[in-house]
Amino acid sequence: MAQLDSRIPAGPLAEKWRRHKTEIKLVNPANKRKYEIIVVGAGLAGASAAATLAELGYKVKSFVFHDSPRRAHSIAAQGGINAAKNYQNDGDSVHRLFYDTLKGGDYRSREANVHRLAEVSVNIIDQCVAQGVPFAREYGGLLANRSFGGAQVSRTFYARGQTGQQLLLGAYSALSRMIGAGGVEMHTNSEMLDLVVIDGHAKGIVVRNLLTGAIETYAADAVILATGGYGNVFNLSTYARGSNVTASWRAYKRGACFANPCYTQIHPTCIPVSGDYQSKLTLMSESLRNDGRIWAPKKKEDAKKDPNSIPEADRDYYLERMYPSFGNLAPRDIASRAAKRVCDEGRGVGETGLGVYLDFADAIKRLGEAGVRERYGNLFDIYHEITAESAYQVPMRIYPAVHYTMGGLWVDYNLMSNVPGLFVLGAANFSDHGANRLGASALMQGLADGYFVIPYTIGDYLAGQKPGSRPSPDAPEFHAAEENIRAMTSRLLGIKGRETVSHFHKRLGKIMWEHCGMARTRAGLEEAIRLIPALREEFWANVNVPGSAATLNQALEQAGRVGDFLEFGELLCLDALKREESCGGHFREEYQFSDGECKRDDANFGHVAAWEYQGIDRAPLRNTEPLNYEFVKMSVRNYK
Amino acid sequence: MVAENTSKTLSVTLRVWRQAGPDAPGRFVDYPAKNLNSSMSFLEMLDVVNDELTKRGEEPIAFAHDCREGICGTCSCTINGKPHGPGHGIATCQTYLRSFKDGDTIVVEPFRARAFPLVKDLVVDRAAFDQIIQAGGFISVRTGAAPDANSIPVPKPDADLAMDAAACIGCGACVAACKNASAMLFVAAKVSQLGLLPQGQPERDQRVLAMVGKMDELGFGNCTNQYECSAACPKSISHDFIARMNRDYLTASIRATFKPASASAGGGAG
Repeated sequence: MAQLDSRIPAGPLAEKWRRHKTEIKLVNPANKRKYEIIVVGAGLAGASAAATLAELGYKVKSFVFHDSPRRAHSIAAQGGINAAKNYQNDGDSVHRLFYDTLKGGDYRSREANVHRLAEVSVNIIDQCVAQGVPFAREYGGLLANRSFGGAQVSRTFYARGQTGQQLLLGAYSALSRMIGAGGVEMHTNSEMLDLVVIDGHAKGIVVRNLLTGAIETYAADAVILATGGYGNVFNLSTYARGSNVTASWRAYKRGACFANPCYTQIHPTCIPVSGDYQSKLTLMSESLRNDGRIWAPKKKEDAKKDPNSIPEADRDYYLERMYPSFGNLAPRDIASRAAKRVCDEGRGVGETGLGVYLDFADAIKRLGEAGVRERYGNLFDIYHEITAESAYQVPMRIYPAVHYTMGGLWVDYNLMSNVPGLFVLGAANFSDHGANRLGASALMQGLADGYFVIPYTIGDYLAGQKPGSRPSPDAPEFHAAEENIRAMTSRLLGIKGRETVSHFHKRLGKIMWEHCGMARTRAGLEEAIRLIPALREEFWANVNVPGSAATLNQALEQAGRVGDFLEFGELLCLDALKREESCGGHFREEYQFSDGECKRDDANFGHVAAWEYQGIDRAPLRNTEPLNYEFVKMSVRNYK
Repeated sequence: MVAENTSKTLSVTLRVWRQAGPDAPGRFVDYPAKNLNSSMSFLEMLDVVNDELTKRGEEPIAFAHDCREGICGTCSCTINGKPHGPGHGIATCQTYLRSFKDGDTIVVEPFRARAFPLVKDLVVDRAAFDQIIQAGGFISVRTGAAPDANSIPVPKPDADLAMDAAACIGCGACVAACKNASAMLFVAAKVSQLGLLPQGQPERDQRVLAMVGKMDELGFGNCTNQYECSAACPKSISHDFIARMNRDYLTASIRATFKPASASAGGGAG
């Protein structure tokens, strides 16, 4: 059984991080260059970590499967990044951001981690502005803010609808600077396929060069995974097509515990599905909920009518009705489930009946079309590209879609997994968002981990590793891992079955969405746990992966990723089955209040579930880490 | 705005550039694509064609793609001679079949430029863009050394203009659209974003000289003011930024010649 020591420092909440920083071990500047650190992934967390560690003097090797470190899906985040700057003088503070994030996460995250996140949030904005990130500004030249779901203050900094892009390009520029200076060795088109563990410590990785097919091994003193979330297990999601769980999953199979995989976030404002060929779903930023009003017809028979012809009295602005104090800005999980309920009642709109309206008519009356265009023009353009409809004239149709995953590899306060030397940052870890993430907090967490946490905490581990003691990539463990990957590649190419990789991905996605989506039941989850292994078996017997291993082969890349999703999906459903409560993004129909709200069970499930791999044919072990709330009382979330 | 096809389904012929590798000979191959939904995206059509090819035992068409929402800059086809296809201000992944007519033959090629060597089929290597950024497309600020964000006011018009330039997704369409395969729009966008902001001033001269020098070294052509780059840009970045960069380059070159340098530059107390 894995040892899960969260290593949360003692002391008052607001003092923990400051004190921890002064107490953990340091590596002296002359020794830093003797340590090599591998960073996998170059999204917000990976790029900021690689750049910062190189600035400190460590030798860094950065790996991405993309053709450039500027492509990671952090780039697609639209709305903004939270920080407790209180520039609006509206009562914000570190404590309030901490509390909102903890409450938003439905009391399933660690107090100390979340407080640290809120503390460093202010440094992130300083750092990004200094890098030249063009945040929105007021006429006086100072920074502008907007409000976001789950908060009653305006603490979100933004760069039009492209905040993720601008923050990522800031981190990319810092990374590029260090590549140019020789501090980071960049490996693009390189997909991590295995973690190498020697004497219980993570000491290297195996990658496939996606252009040449070469299998390569790299040794290091520590390995950092910043490889993002696993939402593509649902096939249709707002993720990029390439986003995958492979790096995390292969680390899991080498001993790293996977925590809370059932915490998945369904974003309330996405463009509804239109057909079977569909490859992805597009998010309409949550910021639209600042000015747009969500409604559905009160009467089923109005569902197919032209929305502009439905009189005000026949419209149900259900979020404003059910949650008067937060209204359209209710947190994502709550807003998503409310949309599902409305559609389940037969009041959903659009061709499929799976949609509700997001209406800007009032905002246009108040701000004028130009005012709305200035705030949301690019989002309205995106909507028009996809649907050929103008949201200035007819309300947008939206429906919830898989958008983010709060679970991830288990890490301690230092962001180190239970495998010493393996650190996990950003969306790939589980630590800060609990059972539900608030809007504009993913960017905050990615950059907090990379710029302001790992540069301190990694030293605590490295100081215990003798400089120059890292193993050679000729060690037998490297050869064994390399052979393992070669064998898997040959096996995939050798099946020569009748169905494509995408066929299996779509079927897995349907199982996941139907049985483990917005609302879950014991029977449904048990059904999924029967269906997924059967589908996996079919995959390994009947998938067709054309081409060779010696060139760019996108089908082979996708096959490896879908193969992992077919294993991981089962764990996700198992976690959802065993968590017999509802909390945040995990909603079990058996556990709800009469008004449909989540019924948590703090006594029995006020813990982190961290799954430990036991071998291919054995059930994984469910370890638990109790969530000890010292400062805040776990209470019922109330947004009414 | 592209004239939009209103019928629900259409069939087209895809004329696709196939090339097994950088040194292999390439050729166009025709593939019929039938009964497509006009709400389908262009890349979803390629997915469908690839699934059919796979089922027939042929190798699917390699094409670059990832986010499929026009922001990551990975997708890169030239469609009917236009990088990112017929629409204005959008990327290939945001192109929908309603932009085409039933019976059309659609020619699909990789971005072609000497500095973007071909990898396979429709995929090219754009690492040269990363190298240009590494040469100077940044503000040198160590993590943790930044002053309070509001201590650096930026006039809103400057911030807005910087954001216009910063919208670049690094896709390379500007290079593919240019008859000289020039990277001027890409470089100008970054030079202008950072040059417009007060934070970017200390390295302004050095940045423009280093980035332009690297661009030339990597084999990109020069600008002859045709502005095809702006027309093809999925973010509609204005060619005005090229003029701004040229001014910056000129003044930086003059200053570099005449600016006195400290005799102990780079030295520090021991």
